[in-house]
Amino acid sequence: MARDPEGETITRDLINRGGFQSITNVRTGKYLKLSVKAEKKEEAEHIVREMSNSLRIYNPVVHTCSIRIKSEEL
Amino acid sequence: MKTAIIQFPGSNCDLDIFHVLKDVLQIETDLVWHTNFKSEDYDGAILPGGFSYGDYLRAGIIAAHSPAIDQVEIMAQEGKPIIGICNGFQILIESELLPGALLSNQTRTFICKWVNIKVETNNTDFTRNISEGTILKIPIAHAEGRYTIDPKGLKDLRENDQIVLRYVDENGNLTKIGNPNGSMDSIAGICNNDRNVFGLMPHPERASEKILSPFSSSDGLKILNRFVHT
Repeated sequence: MARDPEGETITRDLINRGGFQSITNVRTGKYLKLSVKAEKKEEAEHIVREMSNSLRIYNPVVHTCSIRIKSEEL
Repeated sequence: MKTAIIQFPGSNCDLDIFHVLKDVLQIETDLVWHTNFKSEDYDGAILPGGFSYGDYLRAGIIAAHSPAIDQVEIMAQEGKPIIGICNGFQILIESELLPGALLSNQTRTFICKWVNIKVETNNTDFTRNISEGTILKIPIAHAEGRYTIDPKGLKDLRENDQIVLRYVDENGNLTKIGNPNGSMDSIAGICNNDRNVFGLMPHPERASEKILSPFSSSDGLKILNRFVHT
């Protein structure tokens, strides 16, 4: 797994230094919030997955991507 | 040989390399806005450094979806020389013309400094006239330049002799001190399988005139010379 210097610094210089020794690792990441027009959750997830993979929203060589759906009535 | 320098919104090393090609090497060169670029008009292309699209999402990813990249892909297939410098390297990675990823520097800082770069292979369009093992003095200037790839990808790069440049220390050795950004295997530049697409983090255009270098280095010309002849 590729090293994450931001996560390593948060672990060492903030969390561990602040007294939380049982927390041994932090990995940072990016959070994108998308609004999707879809009839069902599954459809929204399909659209977002398709978009993320085809447009390379993440670089699969080093990143993992997970999708969470929250529905909202318009 | 006619070369295009492709400009994206946020490119900022475009004029520097234009000057080197046009005035120092005296090559027929055009600055071309990315939406106007046509592969058939040129024998080679340069993706310059800078901060295309503000490095939003990830450095290079948005420019990688520009129509210019479809044209660059055609050029790559035709065997024409393509070089991506710094942000241009990031764009080549994100458009999958080159494998791997360029992550934030191990230091978590932007690094701007002169470094020592070892030429690991002269079996590329760009290093053909440089002896293997030559150390070049060229500066880097980036925040996201830590080359990373999965173990299989690294094995392939090594076996196919695609690692073109590595960071080394003052003595020419592969050391932690010599590797400014924490790149895997000290990688500073790689080429594709066909050896005509080359990406590197160092800026050869900033080491092309002795008077502009604290080390009197014009080593960058050794790479950019590629565009002099077809």
